[in-house]
Amino acid sequence: MEHYHMNLTLKVWKQKNKNDKGRFETYEVKNISSEMSFLEMFDVLNEQLIAEGKEPIAFDHDCREGICGACSMYINGRAHGPWHHTTTCQLHMREYKDGDTIVVEPFRANAFPVIKDLVVDRTAFDRIIQAGGYISVNTGNAVDANAIPIDKHNADEAFAAAACIGCGACVAACPNASAMLFTSAKVSHLALLPQGEPERTTRVADMIRQHDKEGFGGCTNIGACEAECPKGISLENIARLNREYMAATFRGGSKNSI
Amino acid sequence: MTLNSKIPSGSLESKWKTYKSTCKLVNPANKRQLEVIVIGTGLAGASAAASLGEMGYKVKTFCFQDSPRRAHSIAAQGGINAAKNYQNDGDSTYRLFYDTVKGGDYRAREGNVYRLAEVSANIIDQCVAQGVPFAREYGGLLSNRSFGGTQVQRTFYAAGQTGQQLLIGAYQALERQVALGNVKQYSRHEMLEVVIIDGKARGIIARNLVTGELERHFGHAVLLCSGGYGNVFYLSTNAMGSNVTAAWKAHKKGAYFGNPCFTQIHPTCIPVSGDHQSKLTLMSESLRNDGRIWVPKKQGDNRKPNDIPEEERDYYLERRYPAFGNLVPRDVASRAAKERCDAGYGVGASKQAVYLDYASAIERYGKVEANKLGLENASAEKITELGKGVVEAKYGNLFEMYEKITGENPYEVPMRIYPAVHYTMGGLWVDYELQTTVPGLYALGEANFSDHGANRLGASALMQGLADGYFVIPYTLGNNLADDIRTKAIPTDHPAFVAAEKEVNDRINKLMSIKGTESVESFHKRLGKIMWDKCGMARNEKGLREAIEEIKALRKEFWSNVRIPGDINEFNPELDKANRVADFLELGELMCMDALNRNESCGGHFREEYQTEDGEAMRQDDNYMYVAAWEYKGESQFEMHKEELVYDVVHPTQRSYK
Repeated sequence: MEHYHMNLTLKVWKQKNKNDKGRFETYEVKNISSEMSFLEMFDVLNEQLIAEGKEPIAFDHDCREGICGACSMYINGRAHGPWHHTTTCQLHMREYKDGDTIVVEPFRANAFPVIKDLVVDRTAFDRIIQAGGYISVNTGNAVDANAIPIDKHNADEAFAAAACIGCGACVAACPNASAMLFTSAKVSHLALLPQGEPERTTRVADMIRQHDKEGFGGCTNIGACEAECPKGISLENIARLNREYMAATFRGGSKNSI
Repeated sequence: MTLNSKIPSGSLESKWKTYKSTCKLVNPANKRQLEVIVIGTGLAGASAAASLGEMGYKVKTFCFQDSPRRAHSIAAQGGINAAKNYQNDGDSTYRLFYDTVKGGDYRAREGNVYRLAEVSANIIDQCVAQGVPFAREYGGLLSNRSFGGTQVQRTFYAAGQTGQQLLIGAYQALERQVALGNVKQYSRHEMLEVVIIDGKARGIIARNLVTGELERHFGHAVLLCSGGYGNVFYLSTNAMGSNVTAAWKAHKKGAYFGNPCFTQIHPTCIPVSGDHQSKLTLMSESLRNDGRIWVPKKQGDNRKPNDIPEEERDYYLERRYPAFGNLVPRDVASRAAKERCDAGYGVGASKQAVYLDYASAIERYGKVEANKLGLENASAEKITELGKGVVEAKYGNLFEMYEKITGENPYEVPMRIYPAVHYTMGGLWVDYELQTTVPGLYALGEANFSDHGANRLGASALMQGLADGYFVIPYTLGNNLADDIRTKAIPTDHPAFVAAEKEVNDRINKLMSIKGTESVESFHKRLGKIMWDKCGMARNEKGLREAIEEIKALRKEFWSNVRIPGDINEFNPELDKANRVADFLELGELMCMDALNRNESCGGHFREEYQTEDGEAMRQDDNYMYVAAWEYKGESQFEMHKEELVYDVVHPTQRSYK
């Protein structure tokens, strides 16, 4: 692979805190290597800003290998940027060429208030899980793992849903700021397994109630979430969630309503 | 203080059973009055907090990430070991115990390791009950694969995302306890001090990373589940935020630090591509199940890998270690790669890389698939296509990750890999109950030093983190808290809390007032370079002595010239980083002192002065069969205490994988 260097113009969202209105600021970065990751390019920019006595740009990041779900930039109008099935930290600068202008914003949604610059508060996702995204089994009660054979197809589908990293790209991509892909991934993961069966109806009802309470929008089957999901979580999960929800409604099931 | 490891008496098999049936218990009404603080929400922290919450304790968890689910356990790829013997290949509790003690080059405690092997099977049961979607066979039963340093298949996995799936399982259990009100969760919080009252750990000072405010939290006990300190090397496979701060604060308040120099360098990582590099990415050890590692037989061979004919390739692991081949333990594989590169056989632009090649695995799997499909005269293209499909199903996400980072397609061209810092076997010294030398202060998971000796086997970190959290601490904490049932919660206006908070506040103010010219990142990079060059894969006396002086000088410079932008009372990641790097600058010195003290080579600790004729690590059992537990006595002053290691069952020999 040929390596090259480039100069870029960045338009980045700056917002001091949740009460600040926020605005775009323009920065120039020079001599960026095509081998850098997108966040390493931000490291270069921040080092430059610190050297100039200015404030660096705050952004969330941690594992830098696409699995923790912390990074969350909205790049040129796309959650996590242009690459398919990729988090911001895995996007590399070989995507860009000398002279490009790149616009970077936070993941925007009412349920994700901005903390600072590109950092948003995604604790709503924790609360959706708290509402029922688990199997109620205490430590120490388990039977032998192979006592529960599970159809490989279902196990693989459950795994594919459980691969969600909770980054919130689905919300950022959705015109309604719906978190239905996130919620449905957890509902599907657990509904596909026999261990999840006993709480199947209450789980889906309680998680959806929390989803709505957090201020996420409704799903209108646009599909932007699936297109932008770095882990390829499928829209089929939302279809499954809808079936589960219908069934739950018929059975009148929510822990809170009983 | 004499170190008492509190290993129960009796035979190896009976120790834990006896402990469990004789330890003190706390009744449910009293548990509700007892408060426990858990620092870190990775596998150890989340599993401990969830289990203790279920039992009825009042728990508070703290993590610096925005959600407990993002702790760095999430990035563990390959798998988790358990002595289930589902494959009928001769596995047993004893064999897992033996492999772990031998893999650790005889520097771990027999009692601890046996307990770990014993509870390993329960972990798999627990995780399956929670809905962790492990890989399965068509019959619906669990699948296994091999990892380094073993000759059985005992590794359970979920594609290349095992850590993620296990952590999500523990996280869900934790969130359930949050919903039930048994656990209160504090995200974007960092512990910056431990509060000690009457000789016992009774709370912490934490900083709210969003507002910058300092908070006081009381606990009858404090559990540090804060992970390892590989980021002292700057470049490692750790997350950017992984740090030693919680453990280091505890150390400075009296908790001894065990074997700080024991660092694991993982053999298969994507090589460094330039000065801009912020972290290194692991390519799972599971890839060594099927991939073959090689370099050209000719020095400085600049041909493309696919142009080098078979007979001109040196599969050096298969050549040197025929019994284990590509699946030798990590320390051995890493040193062998370094040896080849140092001798001028390295590949790629930097010449600091070796090949990990899937061509023969693709062909082998392709032929098997063609047979299954009854294709008698399948073309080479068809075989390759079928083989790629099998490899993709097994390792697809890893191959994809490699391609994203390097821009090269590993199905077509061999991957380039090189060793990188990955894990730290050293950590806070703990006894059998996971208690540090400070009563009431515990360390679990990678934060403690206990089970892996001088080298950890692959897929054993997940096992240990969950063993400590799900199955050990629920018993051992109760045994100690049973004596604390009359202790009322201590109000946080107690002078010890006030003093601890002042200490933290003073340090932050001092850092912010330096207003120097050099960024935190730059100091961290410089520290990392010293550590990697002189306390990395190979160490020697001269280099270590130099490193100690260089680190002292760098620390001085840091405290007089670091530049931290922004304010204290706001979201300020540069200040968070400065707090962490300041601690790494002290830890690095202790690591070098420990490496200098240990005049032997064992596991990941390779002192060039101590090697066999063919370059293998040479232990000095007569002088160093002990845990070095360091006590903090003031800046640059550490006193070593020894815990002699006694081997009643396993007989230490020169480790051989030939």
